[in-house]
Amino acid sequence: MTGSPGGEPLFAVRGLVKRYGEREALRDVDFEAHAGELVAVIGPNGAGKTTLLSILAGVQPPSAGSVSLPPSRVGGKVGWVPQTPAVYSRLTVAENLELFARLERVADPRATVRAMLEQTGLEDRAGERLERLSGGNRQRVNVAIGLLAEPSVLVLDEPSSSLDPLQRERLWQFIAGLAGRGRCVVFSTHNVAEAERYAGRVLVLADGEPVFSGSPRELAREAGDDWDPDRPGFEEAFVGFLRARGH
Amino acid sequence: MRWMLRKDLLILARSRVMVAVLVLYPVAVALLIGLAISRAPSKPKVAIANLSPPGATVELGGTRLNVGHYYSQLFSQVQPVPVATRAQAVAAVQSGRALAAVVIPANIASRLSSVTSQGQVEIIYNGDALEQSFVHSTIEAALSQANLELSNQIRHLAARVIGALVRGGSIGVPGAPQNLPGLGAIPGILHRVIAHHPHSADRAQLERLAEFSEFAAQNLGVSQDVLSTVSRPIQVRSTLLHGRRTPLDTFAVVVAVSISLMFVCVLLAAGGIALEREEHTLARLARGLLSRERLIAEKLLLAACCSAPVAFAMLAGIGAFVGLDWSRVAQWIVALAVAALAFGALGVAIGALAREVRAASLLAFLLSLPLAFLALVPAGAVAGGVYDAIRAISLVFPYKAALQALDAAVNGSSPGLGVSLVHLLALTALFGVLARLGLRRV
Repeated sequence: MTGSPGGEPLFAVRGLVKRYGEREALRDVDFEAHAGELVAVIGPNGAGKTTLLSILAGVQPPSAGSVSLPPSRVGGKVGWVPQTPAVYSRLTVAENLELFARLERVADPRATVRAMLEQTGLEDRAGERLERLSGGNRQRVNVAIGLLAEPSVLVLDEPSSSLDPLQRERLWQFIAGLAGRGRCVVFSTHNVAEAERYAGRVLVLADGEPVFSGSPRELAREAGDDWDPDRPGFEEAFVGFLRARGH
Repeated sequence: MRWMLRKDLLILARSRVMVAVLVLYPVAVALLIGLAISRAPSKPKVAIANLSPPGATVELGGTRLNVGHYYSQLFSQVQPVPVATRAQAVAAVQSGRALAAVVIPANIASRLSSVTSQGQVEIIYNGDALEQSFVHSTIEAALSQANLELSNQIRHLAARVIGALVRGGSIGVPGAPQNLPGLGAIPGILHRVIAHHPHSADRAQLERLAEFSEFAAQNLGVSQDVLSTVSRPIQVRSTLLHGRRTPLDTFAVVVAVSISLMFVCVLLAAGGIALEREEHTLARLARGLLSRERLIAEKLLLAACCSAPVAFAMLAGIGAFVGLDWSRVAQWIVALAVAALAFGALGVAIGALAREVRAASLLAFLLSLPLAFLALVPAGAVAGGVYDAIRAISLVFPYKAALQALDAAVNGSSPGLGVSLVHLLALTALFGVLARLGLRRV
């Protein structure tokens, strides 16, 4: 499943830097994404994936550089789905969605909630408190909240990390469907097989620096001699790619 | 902001234990305080072993006092447990049947009657430090009263003897000569003797004797006043320089209400803001859905709106036991509202520093409790430097100012309500800024 890059980008990141005191979490990150594109941000632990996504989502400001969404292409705000579901456990699914819909100032909060419950298949669980839902369903609510304002860009931080294989499959089908309907989806993951399978493009971060941007196939090719053709697999290619660059 | 407020109230309503604590805690405290200050303190049980013979009397200046009757009067402030021997008294204290025991020795009457030697009683204690302190104070007070009574008797006797010595007559002490001439009469007698024997060889000595007896009579004449002064050397006269004296019971009400307000408000605000971190929603809100300043304001409002009515209900509840001036009710409300805002700001600052609700609640308790104690330490109770430190701490935390505001609102005490309100508003701003700094990182 790949996106369809080309034309005017939906958003662009230029010269992004993020510092925490003396430490540089991100250095000179440049990339752009287009409508309908699924971009995976991958890299080892501490590479800066979550930092990059939180800056894209507007959770924290960059120390330098910019994130621009061309006004002509903005169909809504950037939707954000944090790694840990950011929901109120003691509220029901519908109450959570309605609260965030109102905070997002959507035109018709109740209609939006109904539509989102239907879209995420949570109608049966609308009246249940989040504290009583499974991890998978909580994550679906988490994603649904990110989509309430109908954003043209959806940013997901390791969305499948706490899910079982069946729940993961359903989630990725849902996310792929969003990209298919013209949304740009940027997600981070530790599961590089997921990146290969669902992303049209991967952005590899290592020690806060972007070291690759292209399709999964291009990344495998980049691995070159380090990639053992007898043990084909994207994960091995990715590891080989990082090793070759001293990471 | 109203949707967040609605959300928090919904969550609060679903936290049954929290709601129960919020309602039951002030009600329980109000009832306890009300009952405590509307009923007389209970009398401690004290075993009394009166070893003096039945009917033993002390005779002072011709007045006979029954020892048993005297001590039963003196120990009316305790609940006496009569015992026959010292061993029984010790056993009563050891078994916990009595908090203390007083042993009155067999020779008490004779020693007191002698006037020249002191009577001695033995006190035996048990129990924990607080009980010891209470019973010790009670017995000490009773014995002080006994000593004062005896000292009055002795003073009366001494005054009568001196009066007889100066003016003449009988001093009423067995064995003493009757119909004494009196020192005051002696100079006249001596002068008459000198007049009849103008050339006597003893004239010079008789004149010296007359001079001395005149001097002695004059000075012994004022000794009664001296004895009165010695028996009660200091009398107390109270002068209130400014403000209004707050009765102890209504001050206790103010303390109880302000402590309850502080706990409910600080815990709610701290828990409310920490919950946003614990649920990971702070980052989502901070993306532009709700600014951090508005979030702080919302939690302040939540804490104040929940705690101030609870505190008001508590104040009104205790008012059923203690007479409060209801014409000042508007001032109560203003003081409670502003104090709630200041406590809310402290709570929000605590919640912003803590990462989870439990840590925030623990921190709120650990900080609030000593603040209340420190604010109640009176000047002069500790060393000067320590008191200055306590004052500085009380100045930068809202409990003392809230206590003063509420005391001014309820009792009209000084400093006035306005000063305390300004202080509270300044602290609200200070802790609001600290909370904002604490929320810099999500």
